[in-house]
Amino acid sequence: MNAAQEISPVNSSPRRPVDSLDTPVRVSPEGPAPVVAAEPPKLTVKNLDAWYGSNHALHGVNLTVPPRSVMAAIGPSGCGKSTFLRCLNRMHELIPGARAEGTLLIDGQDLLSRDVDPVTLRRRVGMVFQRPNPFPTMSIRDNVAAGLKLNGIPGNHHEIVERTLRQSALWDEVKDRLDASALSLSGGQQQRLCIARALAVQPEVLLMDEPASALDPIATAKIEDLIHELKERYTIVIVTHNMQQAGRVSDQTAFFYMGDLIEVGPTEKIFTNPSEKRTEDYVTGKFG
Amino acid sequence: MPPPSDISAPAAHSTPARAGNPGDRAWGWGITIFGGSLLVVAGLILYELGRVAAPSWGQLGYFKFLFSSAWDPVQEKFGALPFIYGTLVTSGVALLIALPVSVGLALFLSEMGPRALRAPVAYSIEVLAAIPSVIYGLWGLFVMVPWLRSSVEPFLQKTLGFLPIFQGPPIGLGYLAAGVILALMILPTIASVTIEVLKTVPPSLKEGALALGATRWESIRISVLPYARPGIIGASLLGLGRALGETMAVTMVIGNSPEIHASLFAPGYSLPAVIANEFAEATGDVHVGALAALGLVLFGITLILNAIARILVEAVARGPKGSRA
Ligand SMILES: Nc1ncnc2c1ncn2[C@@H]1O[C@H](COP(=O)(O)OP(=O)(O)O)[C@@H](O)[C@H]1O
Ligand SMILES: [Mg+2]
Repeated sequence: MNAAQEISPVNSSPRRPVDSLDTPVRVSPEGPAPVVAAEPPKLTVKNLDAWYGSNHALHGVNLTVPPRSVMAAIGPSGCGKSTFLRCLNRMHELIPGARAEGTLLIDGQDLLSRDVDPVTLRRRVGMVFQRPNPFPTMSIRDNVAAGLKLNGIPGNHHEIVERTLRQSALWDEVKDRLDASALSLSGGQQQRLCIARALAVQPEVLLMDEPASALDPIATAKIEDLIHELKERYTIVIVTHNMQQAGRVSDQTAFFYMGDLIEVGPTEKIFTNPSEKRTEDYVTGKFG
Repeated sequence: MPPPSDISAPAAHSTPARAGNPGDRAWGWGITIFGGSLLVVAGLILYELGRVAAPSWGQLGYFKFLFSSAWDPVQEKFGALPFIYGTLVTSGVALLIALPVSVGLALFLSEMGPRALRAPVAYSIEVLAAIPSVIYGLWGLFVMVPWLRSSVEPFLQKTLGFLPIFQGPPIGLGYLAAGVILALMILPTIASVTIEVLKTVPPSLKEGALALGATRWESIRISVLPYARPGIIGASLLGLGRALGETMAVTMVIGNSPEIHASLFAPGYSLPAVIANEFAEATGDVHVGALAALGLVLFGITLILNAIARILVEAVARGPKGSRA
């Protein structure tokens, strides 16, 4: 199991993009886009459809996320952002009646196929939720180590706990009370603890569903700083309905509307010079 | 169009309780009065039991009464120990059997089981709860006891016979029979309370565990069960309370013999059973008093268990050390 620890979370696949037309970072008419994915994408989503019973919640989504970058998913409430995110680690399968079809590749490997165990997938694709959800009966330390124990990783968790808490910018605040209950932390600290919990198992991709929407501005700023640091090592997809936040943290932005992916591209372009009228209306606050 | 707000966001408005509201105050007083009168009733029952028990307390002495194991009304020997022992042992056996089964059933019904099977299983639990205890007793006497005698007890003796609790002749009537009947009777209580408790576990906790790559069972183990533990303890104690006081079914299968045996196969007696059996024919103040005193002991055991339950639940609810929640 230790070998899994050795694997660096950054992409190491030598493969080139199979089909550059699939890359969402299209060359705009004015010239080349500022960010061009030179590396093969970490995450490739092709023709992703999702249903809740008969409610068709996502219609043929196509996009790619380069390694070590942040993609923000924006759009009005109910447009399918969370659904999209949940499909990426197959959490949608927990909802009775929900299903997804399409292709989801991580480093070229299809993870939506029936042969892939969702449990294995979720160990590679971590998730942070809207409301902090630390395990309330566990100490701070045990929360961080929870995933390690699940993975049966033996040995000195202390080192990993410390490293992960440092990575999630929480170490200085909790180092003297690692055995205190996770509930003794403030909301913002709890959310960073949840990020640490997700990072401890060294995922390759980190999904965040409005991770700061339940937090005050200071805690939100800390989470945003943290996202900046984490993207050096992880590929991040974050859902937010706060457009300023999307602007601050993301390299690419995907705009969803009523289950359709309307547009995806470099964040700067989406916010200043979108190709689609609906995107423009949304980012300029004409609707939403 | 409404402003963008996530549908899954929790309601932002919660009305704070207003302490000064006259309606709230009247409600508060009402609750206090009802609660108070419950205490008064409990006190009166205790007082009355104590009054009736007084002659035998006086004649026998507390210590001798509680710790003597001789019970012979004809010779005016009254020792409570066989009944206390029988009550605790049968209730303990019942809890030991019923707790894992109930928690398993509750998990099956609320977390894991195939949806098609959930309704019938839930329904059969309700049926179990609705059966009158005398029916349990009859079933125990005519079906379960012969089965224990011919199959279960010989089997236990063969496999686990090195344990003193599984030695001696397999009679059928006895502690084990009473324990199993009680287990069946308290199972619906524990299971249904546990189901309610499991419903209170926030789905976000399960999701948190699953998102870490936990299997369904692992998520139950690390997120659901720890959260629900105080409630499951509470459910067990409710079940235990029912087992301690159960009279009819136990009387029919325990063997009604005021003795103490290590073996679960042996016949015994319980506090409620002896009170029910002997009260009508009790002659003399001392015999009646001794039975009332047994009632007091039962009352006392229930109170002590309740106190332990509270301490446990509160300790568990306080969470790991150093936490303030
Ligand atoms: N658990 C669910 N069961 C049924 N329908 C759902 C569920 N969650 C979301 N939906 C539906 O799917 C659509 C997209 O929802 P969601 O992905 O949560 O949107 P967003 O996160 O962008 O606000 C909505 O129409 C919503 O009603
Ligand atoms: Mg959402």
